[in-house]
Amino acid sequence: MAKKPLLEFTDKGIYCAQGKFYVDPWKPVDDAVITHAHADHAYPGHKHYLAHHLSREVLYYRLGDIALQTVEYGEKVMKNGVSVTLYPAGHVIGSAQIRVEYQGEVWVVSGDYKMEDDGISTSFEPVKCHHFISECTFGMPVYQWKPQVQIFEDVNNWWRNNQHNGLATVIVGYSLGKAQRILQNLDLFNGKVYTHGVIENTNEALRRNGVLLNPTERITPDTPKEAIRQGIVIAPPSSVGTPWMRKFQPYSFGYCSGWMAMRGAKHRRAADRGFVLSDHADWDGLISAIDATGCECVYLTHGYTATFTRYLNEIGFNAKEVHTLYGGEEEENPQEAPTQPPPEGEGSEKTSFEEDLEIEVKVSPTGGDLEGAGLQ
Amino acid sequence: MKAFAQLFLSLDETNKTNEKVKVLKDYFNSVPDTDKMHMLALFTGRRPKRPINSTLIRTWAMEASNIPPWLFEESYHVVGDLAETMALLMPQKESTNDKDLTQWIAELNSIGAKPEEERKQWLISSWAMLDTQERFVFNKLLTGSFRVGVSQNLVIKALAEITGLDAATLTHRIMGSWMPETYTYEQLIQEQGAADDISRPYPFFLAYPVQETSEKQKSAEQIEAGLGDPLQWQAEWKWDGIRGQLIKRDGKIFTWSRGEDLSTEKFPELHPFLNALPDGTVIDGEILSFQNGLPMPFNILQTRIGRKNLSKKILEESPVAVIAYDCLEFNGEDIRYKTQAERRAILEQLQAATPYPDTFRLSALIDFNTWNELAKIREQSRAMIAEGIMLKRKSAAYQVGRRRGDWWKWKIDPLSVDAVMIYAQKGHGRRADLYTDYTFAVWDGDKLVPFAKAYSGLTDQEINKVDYFIKRNTLEKFGPVRTVKPELVFEIGFEGINKSTRHKSGIALRFPRILRWRHDKPKEEADTLETLKALLGE
Repeated sequence: MAKKPLLEFTDKGIYCAQGKFYVDPWKPVDDAVITHAHADHAYPGHKHYLAHHLSREVLYYRLGDIALQTVEYGEKVMKNGVSVTLYPAGHVIGSAQIRVEYQGEVWVVSGDYKMEDDGISTSFEPVKCHHFISECTFGMPVYQWKPQVQIFEDVNNWWRNNQHNGLATVIVGYSLGKAQRILQNLDLFNGKVYTHGVIENTNEALRRNGVLLNPTERITPDTPKEAIRQGIVIAPPSSVGTPWMRKFQPYSFGYCSGWMAMRGAKHRRAADRGFVLSDHADWDGLISAIDATGCECVYLTHGYTATFTRYLNEIGFNAKEVHTLYGGEEEENPQEAPTQPPPEGEGSEKTSFEEDLEIEVKVSPTGGDLEGAGLQ
Repeated sequence: MKAFAQLFLSLDETNKTNEKVKVLKDYFNSVPDTDKMHMLALFTGRRPKRPINSTLIRTWAMEASNIPPWLFEESYHVVGDLAETMALLMPQKESTNDKDLTQWIAELNSIGAKPEEERKQWLISSWAMLDTQERFVFNKLLTGSFRVGVSQNLVIKALAEITGLDAATLTHRIMGSWMPETYTYEQLIQEQGAADDISRPYPFFLAYPVQETSEKQKSAEQIEAGLGDPLQWQAEWKWDGIRGQLIKRDGKIFTWSRGEDLSTEKFPELHPFLNALPDGTVIDGEILSFQNGLPMPFNILQTRIGRKNLSKKILEESPVAVIAYDCLEFNGEDIRYKTQAERRAILEQLQAATPYPDTFRLSALIDFNTWNELAKIREQSRAMIAEGIMLKRKSAAYQVGRRRGDWWKWKIDPLSVDAVMIYAQKGHGRRADLYTDYTFAVWDGDKLVPFAKAYSGLTDQEINKVDYFIKRNTLEKFGPVRTVKPELVFEIGFEGINKSTRHKSGIALRFPRILRWRHDKPKEEADTLETLKALLGE
């Protein structure tokens, strides 16, 4: 009888029968190991959670009062004789790859990852393994990222130009990860940074977690419009085109996402400026990450799985496409969400509604991750 | 090239008219005069010839980007634009260059004559010295697919603001066949049009639709409210042919079509009447195929436009003629400033003198006294092989471009059927990676027969919903095409219908488009092939 694989793909998530735990399950389970706090990886309803220290406050903020154990990168946790260790994935603050070992057999679940050191998320560390379960959100050769230094130079110049032309500047990125990456790379000599409530809540959670972030000011109905025009607003994708954003008129709005690499995607979002900035690995990044694991077999979960799997096999990897996971089929990533109600104002009473909206949207079955789904 | 690539990018990044004009002016003010003329040529549709065929370009692009052909194709499907795909796939640039647009175009024009190996070397090294944005624009020039999201009017506006010349003069001066290599910026902006070319046509005056957005047409009462006294207006049939401008100057004849193509040789039937015109005459009219003295549907003309050589059979069976409706130049004088009525009188005088009344016809004026009366007459449009009615204010001058006010087209309602979507394919450009191109079918007994493809008419929101449906209801994939569970019903509008031996359904539609999504109709209630065939009017 063939040996049962250490990790299996089930209808609840990636399961380790030996250790009796799941990695990023999407249905309620007893024991869940979480790669990172994005809503398509960290679902509510599990009895026990294990995640990295730096995910702690965001998980509490998003999922409420959960039974959560947190660990440091490289710290080993035993579960029914199976060792579980977290390694940095470089995706967002607190994101981890999950290394699982039993009787000398090693599996690694990448979660989402990127290769570039963004200066705020602990940078990606390759982990040797026999089996590697990888994302491939941008698994097409047309996706090649430029160093973020170049991108932020463009962002800061654009901001200065807007100031010069009397326009408010609104920069859009999802609230955990992209927003902080933007924040830490803005030229604060240009002016002050204002935030949408959803983003500020995440910032506050991270600050409670001891993360040092540049100063920000939450926008309230009392924030003077003139002050905002001199500064820059960081807003989540869900706020695009809402009355909340229209209050800043006249403004220029920039969208930060890997999807901005293509003109079509940029036009669909009607962004004034598209900045190609992703928290996922690009084509070359994916291949080098997979290569560095030295794995016997790589499983591709979400993104352009079919294409990427075929290519990996052609260049000598043993690659398998995993269909069931995250429901994320290649085509679904860049698509807009089916129409969602725009959030009303951005007063303090409304914030909880907006958070609900954000979270509800993120767990929609189209899968991918926040950026991948392009939903938030 | 940097400046030109930046121009393209900046135009792409704004949809505000003033912003675009500013960007264009900045460009004109920062580049050499020869670049200005090349830019004007490109922005007015004068593209350089393709020096390398697209199969070779693709092959070399795959080589340069080091990926297998299938992956290249998949990438193309995701991006939806060949030039952009190739720009994204190449490795980052290795060297830099400061060649301007003029130099690049000169290279593009000369490389075509070189041996294949040299062309390949040139292309691969060119790619390596351009950044992604420059490469994209360069590829657009290379593949002859250069198009830009800015109208000629805006370019003219920017140029007018810089030169102090008025827009109509500039529009006229960039008409016709000129080459950016020989037509200089100096000539363009000279106060006197001394360098005027005898073949140069005038800018066409275009009618505004009586109603632009909705498919529903206006009633006689609404027309009355909008246009006032019917006696101030001249009405003609709106002919469904090719808009043409016919010129006789210095003993030479020229025929221009609306797309500004010089097509004198495509319509040899018109030569005798043109040669018989007095020198210094320019006529505006519609070119149509005729049979036994009656105009024929557009598709007959369409089949012959595509041909390189006109067979004797075509010339005998469907010869063309002009239905003239305006005169723009008479005795060498530009008479566009005269009123419609005055120009009409001159046109009638010219036509009365022609020995060739079969090919030089007059667009008859429709006799009417009230808008209601005209609305009744309009109902006969289809029988007249016309698309509706043209309304021209008798006191109006002949203007430039599409203007509101003095020329209106009052088209008949489109024909329509309810059909089921059965195939879908991804779109291009702004709609790349979204399923936006659909094939529709009607019932033939218990089978669905495809009869039309359409890809316009839905809102972005609807497209997203349909895309969402398609991705979850795919029955089969054939390359880029998906067979979709037949469920969604749409009302498909079209301008005309003809028999076709090439299509399974036996019919071909003219200008099919989606009028609306029939959420209220189950697929069983879609129309049948019989209904469609009944519209053939046989």
